[in-house]
Amino acid sequence: MEVPDTSESWKTKINTVAIGATQDEGGTRAGVVRVGGAGCIPGAAYEGDAGERPVVAVEVWDVAPDNWPAELTRHYGDALNDPGAWAQKGIEMGADLVCLKLTGTHPDAADRSAEEAATTVKAVLKAVDVPLIVWGCGVPEKDNKVLPACASAASGENCLLGSITEKNYRTLVAACLADGHKLISESPLDINIAKQVNILAQDSGFDLKDIVIFPTTGALGYGLEYVYSIMERGRIAGLSGDQLLQQPVISDVGAEAWRAKEARASDDDVPGLGPAERRGPLWEGITATNLLQAGGDIFIMRHPEAMKMFKEAVDEFMGVGSV
Amino acid sequence: MALSGLAIYKHLPKENCKECGLPTCLAFAMKVASGQAGLDDCPKLGDEARGALAEASAPPQRLVTIGEGDGAVSIGQETVLFRHDERFQNACGIAVRVEDSLEEGELAARLDAIKGLSFDRMGQVQAVDMVAVENSSGDSGRFAAAAKKAAALGKAVVLISADPEALKSAGSEIADKRPLLYYSGSADNVETAAKTAVELKLPLGIESPSLETISDMTEKAAKAGLQDIVMSPGREKPSEVLEFLTKTRRAALKKKFRPLGYPTLAFADGTDDAAIVAASWFVLKYAGIVVIDTIEPAAVVAILTSRFNIYTDPQKPVQVEAKLYEINEPGNEAPLLVTTNFALSYYSVESEVEASRVPTHILAVDTEGTSVLTAWAADKFNPETISEALVKTGAAEKVSHHKCVIPGMVAVISGSLEEESGWQVEVGPKEAVGIVSYLTSRWKR
Repeated sequence: MEVPDTSESWKTKINTVAIGATQDEGGTRAGVVRVGGAGCIPGAAYEGDAGERPVVAVEVWDVAPDNWPAELTRHYGDALNDPGAWAQKGIEMGADLVCLKLTGTHPDAADRSAEEAATTVKAVLKAVDVPLIVWGCGVPEKDNKVLPACASAASGENCLLGSITEKNYRTLVAACLADGHKLISESPLDINIAKQVNILAQDSGFDLKDIVIFPTTGALGYGLEYVYSIMERGRIAGLSGDQLLQQPVISDVGAEAWRAKEARASDDDVPGLGPAERRGPLWEGITATNLLQAGGDIFIMRHPEAMKMFKEAVDEFMGVGSV
Repeated sequence: MALSGLAIYKHLPKENCKECGLPTCLAFAMKVASGQAGLDDCPKLGDEARGALAEASAPPQRLVTIGEGDGAVSIGQETVLFRHDERFQNACGIAVRVEDSLEEGELAARLDAIKGLSFDRMGQVQAVDMVAVENSSGDSGRFAAAAKKAAALGKAVVLISADPEALKSAGSEIADKRPLLYYSGSADNVETAAKTAVELKLPLGIESPSLETISDMTEKAAKAGLQDIVMSPGREKPSEVLEFLTKTRRAALKKKFRPLGYPTLAFADGTDDAAIVAASWFVLKYAGIVVIDTIEPAAVVAILTSRFNIYTDPQKPVQVEAKLYEINEPGNEAPLLVTTNFALSYYSVESEVEASRVPTHILAVDTEGTSVLTAWAADKFNPETISEALVKTGAAEKVSHHKCVIPGMVAVISGSLEEESGWQVEVGPKEAVGIVSYLTSRWKR
């Protein structure tokens, strides 16, 4: 029996954003990571160009975390005290790039200075040859001091820096323009704000094609459905021709998944759910692979087993079927 | 083509008897038109009107019920491809596969394990709700015996066999439990399987990775008098299964293509991580039943939670009752934390309080299910609403210190809340993750 054709074709593609610069391009990276480029809805490689492979960025901090559960820290050991060594471990685990979070610059944490942060950025760039994402602590006044110093320390390396918000974007936009970096625009689960932040960056002279959207992230069982739907809506709007939503998307999976009780609780606290060494990676891994189906491009992750699970899933996700 | 609400309304009794559960016949007609109700819900519809309407107004995807009583699982009758367009209607069934070739002891142990796959999460029970018995032995006596044991769990049963005779004998054994007869054999024999299903009045599952073939099969089964059909691509790669699930749903909803207007079933064979990922994907993208092999609790919880997330109604925030909760048996000197009645906010606080082991009162203020910041911005979480909740719940009688702790995100209201309520207000951590250290080190009576 003849079956009606239900294939969907779209007007436009999601932008392809390149992160990192090789020697020829004025940087020191061994290679460049390209994300985005999809011309079909997530998982629909059978009817369109699935674009670039979604990638994993290992989450690295500038200071050793004091509240990570043992199930995470045991995989990094002493490297947690040395961002360069930590980044190396992450790459050995299979990550495609590094996401350096400057948690230690937060005024309520170690309140590290802009100079210290810039030194850390340089140390990580030296320790690994993959592209780098640098993320501020989220306090506007502090980020506006720290991130320009980091941008300048990594000048020419074509990093991805974040994040700008509706209320704080000018300083970081200027720094990224000056030092040749890409930008993360953040909007809390709101499509209109996502567009607004992109407009603000564009009005400040930033190219929409150099932006990655961070719609914030929710873990499996802890609001995943909100971000799933926001990402789905954004991706469909982008494919339908909305230039303000044609950006690839970054998901902060590790940080969210490891806040979940199912991931971080001790075995005694969640009897019947099995050992932490399975619960944690599964919670992080399934959060990531579920968001893959909603249209994520860069996934910041923590646990080696979760990364492995995710990367294998990406192979299947990119596969072209033949019904 | 589907009819408009008004076209349907013309044929209805127009008595507004409310027996369909809706206030008026017009409201019912609108529901039928949007595919969210079936004509069977109207008890007063005459045969003639029914005949005229049935074909034209059937939902684009049929609702199929498997199992019986409390264990019944209804799947299908979905109306959208993306949950943000409305919502996903009928949560898919999660079935654990059991092979009838297992030794008696192993079979009993596996069924027992399945029974235990029920978890209390955020005040709701999330459980495996189906058992899929596969006729791996090739022996129909063994198949029927295993079916009977599986049915005793009280969960909906799927019987899987390529042999129509085996399906018949096992199906008759537990026909009163309304199992799904899943015929995994070739298209050539689909009429035989369909006749069995019609005879036993049971739903039938059929499989083929080809959309053309499966359409031919459903048409043949429909000609044999069968309406309750479930379609599957069979044991294919996850990416191909997803393609099948997506295309059949699109054909049914967007093209109103009747031969594919049935719910679906997908297999996530194996117990490795890839199978867990695949099962979760099938839940998100359109399966009516997902058959899994894993009984690892953490994996099953992840799959069940994916289902919980995707079937949440985007228009209705998940709420908890607005009241004063007691965690870890608090006395009148225990701290009192204030949050909203948005389930995610409340349970984030509750799970941290539980982890801290500090006896604590939690006041969930009625913010119509919105989160702390959203409710604050919408003026639903303010000194007035919080004071009102403190009074309404009799909090003053439960704690002697007259101090309450508000989320750090709304520190700005602490002064006016003190004035409004007469309580002493302390500013707690901004995020739930800081609660443990707050309660164990910073909270002072």
